[in-house]
Amino acid sequence: MGISIDKEKCTGCGNCTSTCLFGLIEVVDEKACIKEAGCTLCGACRDACVFEAIRIETEIAKTLLGDEYKGVWVFAEQRNSEIKSVSYELLSKGRELANTLKTELCAVCFGYNIKNIEQLTAFGANKVYVIDDPAFANQSEDQYVLELVRLIKQYKPEIVLAGATPFGRSFFPRVAAILKTGLTADCTGLDIDTEKHLLRQTRPTFGGNVMATIICPAKRPQMSTVRPRVFKKNPPDATRKSQFIKVDFNKEAITSKTRLLNFVADLTEKVKLEDADIIIAGGRGLGKPENFNLIRDLASVLEAAVGSSRPPVDEGWIPYYHQVGQTGKTVCPKLYIAVGISGAVQHLAGMQTADCIIAINDDPNAPIFQVATYGIVGDLFKVVPLLTEKLKGG
Amino acid sequence: MNIIVCLKQVPSTTEVKIDPKTNTLIRQGIKSIVNPLDSYALEESVRLKERYGSRVTAISMGPPQATEMLRDAISSGADDAILLSDIAFAGSDTLATSTTLAKAIVKIKNYDLVICGRQTLDGDTGQVGPEIAEMLGIPFIAYVNKIEEIANGKLRVQRMVEDGYETIETSLPAVITVVKEINVPRMPSLRGLTKAKSAQIPTWTTQEINAEKETVGQAGSATWVVKVFYPQRVQLAEMLKGDPETQAKALVEKLREAKLI
Ligand SMILES: Cc1cc2nc3c(=O)[nH]c(=O)nc-3n(C[C@H](O)[C@H](O)[C@H](O)COP(=O)(O)OP(=O)(O)OC[C@H]3O[C@@H](n4cnc5c(N)ncnc54)[C@H](O)[C@@H]3O)c2cc1C
Repeated sequence: MGISIDKEKCTGCGNCTSTCLFGLIEVVDEKACIKEAGCTLCGACRDACVFEAIRIETEIAKTLLGDEYKGVWVFAEQRNSEIKSVSYELLSKGRELANTLKTELCAVCFGYNIKNIEQLTAFGANKVYVIDDPAFANQSEDQYVLELVRLIKQYKPEIVLAGATPFGRSFFPRVAAILKTGLTADCTGLDIDTEKHLLRQTRPTFGGNVMATIICPAKRPQMSTVRPRVFKKNPPDATRKSQFIKVDFNKEAITSKTRLLNFVADLTEKVKLEDADIIIAGGRGLGKPENFNLIRDLASVLEAAVGSSRPPVDEGWIPYYHQVGQTGKTVCPKLYIAVGISGAVQHLAGMQTADCIIAINDDPNAPIFQVATYGIVGDLFKVVPLLTEKLKGG
Repeated sequence: MNIIVCLKQVPSTTEVKIDPKTNTLIRQGIKSIVNPLDSYALEESVRLKERYGSRVTAISMGPPQATEMLRDAISSGADDAILLSDIAFAGSDTLATSTTLAKAIVKIKNYDLVICGRQTLDGDTGQVGPEIAEMLGIPFIAYVNKIEEIANGKLRVQRMVEDGYETIETSLPAVITVVKEINVPRMPSLRGLTKAKSAQIPTWTTQEINAEKETVGQAGSATWVVKVFYPQRVQLAEMLKGDPETQAKALVEKLREAKLI
């Protein structure tokens, strides 16, 4: 097991050295040499070697999985009794996966006084497992972990998905760790390898520079967190029927290790960037904080939300909650107008799935033009006010 | 009180560029650095040490070069450091990584608080902190932006959630992950630098941490990376040419045509 180089086949060409994400390959005495200790066995070097000199031996654990694990599950997150939009996105994707696997799709929802729970059915669930109880208000994480683990052990789904929200990314790894199974973080792509009956999970890493496809061959369930706004919601169908299962749980057995003492809402956040249909975003090209008014004027004519790339936030021109990108928010509006934004991969990672992207920038080589639908090379200080004026004119 | 801080060495991704011809990473001049968020975890440990007189141990799983990063941690205020390094750890996913770190923590034995960064620059999963907590079977709190108090075997923190701040209390020992709002990391001190120079940093292998071979490295990993590729961007924008007036007019027309406005 592990990685090895066939010294007979290796010509010392060095092609593989630059493919290693961790810089672990060197050519010594005209043969490639790998420092194994930091290697993740990702296979990038193997795929780059035209001489087929690099071998990675992987040993699929001998556990026979059989047909014991069946069904696709979506953990439908709610906060303050409202089911999150990402839950519907996951059900839409989950429906597709379940159809391919010819199995059922189930939603699991915990909370208290949960609103519109029938929507889970409308978005495709065949079964809905619900706990609606005061003990599950406030996203009490310890309870969520215990109950989800218990349900998974009892019903044995083959796939379980959750939103890569702050809550999902904190509580889902705990579930995976208890079940001793794999979890792929922050996926942007999911599909089924029908031959091997495996979930292929694709995710960005290295700040969006590198995509990795990951499988979980020998443990069940296969678990992933998925970024909000990556998958499209199917139109809900209110005529769909499902089986509603109220989950019994032992109230006395609930002992939470952590206790919520207080909550203070952050009232500064007024823009719901994630929900906006149109976003106008400004970048470094604006030059100074006052110039964000150009963006705000255009936004108010279009009833759009205001976004920002990272530099203006770092400069303190605009608060962090406007930031779109890898370290900010992921958005998927119908229309995204990027003004004075060069389009660093980190920014693109947060907005490139928008339906229509307009880029306005004075540098014709700015990477933003590679993802844009329409581009305007020009002076934003002239173009944007003209645009605002024309749109105002009706 | 004993604090364990988990540090990971990562390539500094902000410098990563893709060579458009070969479509591979240009690695030249890329340094290995301590994962940026982990320096906040380290700083917070050192602040707790100053507040409560704790002892801070830095641990890292990684290649032998990571010793240098651990030495830097000592110069920034950690008392001890331990490197977990073994060829058998190669190919670890977060399940195997957290198993390995938890085994080392159990071996260190006396610990009250384990502090991790929220997530790393490279793997970027944010899963190792919560998974360590479950491996150890102790409480977990993510996204801590303020440690309010540690007293009578209890920890009280403030943490950031999507729409505000929660104050949470838990019993110790516990695992927390920190966000960058928690502090401003300090520069190494002269005294620290001197201490770091002569510090002994032991290396622990699978055997030393009493781990079963099947639970670490690739053998202990549930997930496998089967393919690594670079996002291809082929779509080229339709450029709207002319003077600003013509451009603005053309754009409004396009948007109306597409019924976007
Ligand atoms: C391209 C690629 C994609 C990957 N995707 C996944 C995936 O989806 N799921 C998965 O399970 N694994 C994945 N891995 C493997 C994963 O990167 C490694 O398991 C890694 O050792 C830990 O994960 P992380 O970097 O995401 O750490 P995070 O979970 O982001 O780290 C959180 C904190 O844990 C601590 N920590 C993490 N690693 C160490 C360490 N080695 N030593 C000390 N402290 C540490 C630090 O305090 C850190 O701030 C991937 C690897 C690659 C190369």
